[in-house]
Amino acid sequence: MIELDTTDRLILRALTQDATISASALGRKLGLSQPATWRRIRRLYDSGAIKGQRLDLDHEKLGFGVTVFLGVKLATKGRVSLEDFERVVSAIPEVQSVEHILGLFDYRLRVVARDISDFERVLRRRIMMLPGVGDVEANVLLSEERRPGPIG
Amino acid sequence: MLDDTDRRILRHYQHDPMLGPADLAELAGVTPATCARRLDKMQASGVIRANRAVIDWRALGYEVEVSLRITLDKTQPRAFDEFMQAARDVPDVVEIQTFLGRVDLRLSVIARDMAHYQQIYRSAILTLPHIADIEALMHVARIKSDEGLPL
Repeated sequence: MIELDTTDRLILRALTQDATISASALGRKLGLSQPATWRRIRRLYDSGAIKGQRLDLDHEKLGFGVTVFLGVKLATKGRVSLEDFERVVSAIPEVQSVEHILGLFDYRLRVVARDISDFERVLRRRIMMLPGVGDVEANVLLSEERRPGPIG
Repeated sequence: MLDDTDRRILRHYQHDPMLGPADLAELAGVTPATCARRLDKMQASGVIRANRAVIDWRALGYEVEVSLRITLDKTQPRAFDEFMQAARDVPDVVEIQTFLGRVDLRLSVIARDMAHYQQIYRSAILTLPHIADIEALMHVARIKSDEGLPL
């Protein structure tokens, strides 16, 4: 496990807002030298505390007006392997994320579509055709907030 | 409006947001100057909101992730606002989503281990206002998580 001090946490938090900020600009904000800031940023990436970067795009401006979360239960466990289901579902371009969960469902899918009729197309032609798919519950996303989490 | 060049740049950029400007321009088949100009324009118009670092909470010792699906008591007119306000004050909540559907909200909660989760659940989650029902779903694995758009 990676130990972080207060300065690391401030840097981590700043990078989750903007990962492209330069070490000198970030250092100035925190009262650190450019080389010291750069070394800390490197360490956050190299140690795996930061696992990558994500481009935050405005879905609406790009014509994707609808995001739906689908809870999917597999109907025929044992007949269809989880690997087969996961491979096929991950290949659907409109499926943004696939999580294996325990509880009410087997999988949670995040699906993006242009509008409700486009979503219907994805649901009927893609999701319902998946191997072994059983009950599907849909919840349409209205709002979403990502919080900084326990680093603040 | 975006043209094909913009979309091509975005496609490569969202696939690998850690690409340097020169590599991104080469992959998208445009000059670095064009690429930089297009990116600036898409940032100014708000199409690109940000390029954010993604934290690996597991690497920081948070082994448990739980999705809490919450139904609120809608006879309370301010239930949504008051619940969300209070949920924002819980540091272990990393995501708050609201829905139209069978559930009203989902909170994504992280914890160091199950004992820690129990403690958060009892002291910080069950005390949130206007909860009518909670279902907990435990994360086992993320199979796909790039959250890319089919551009």
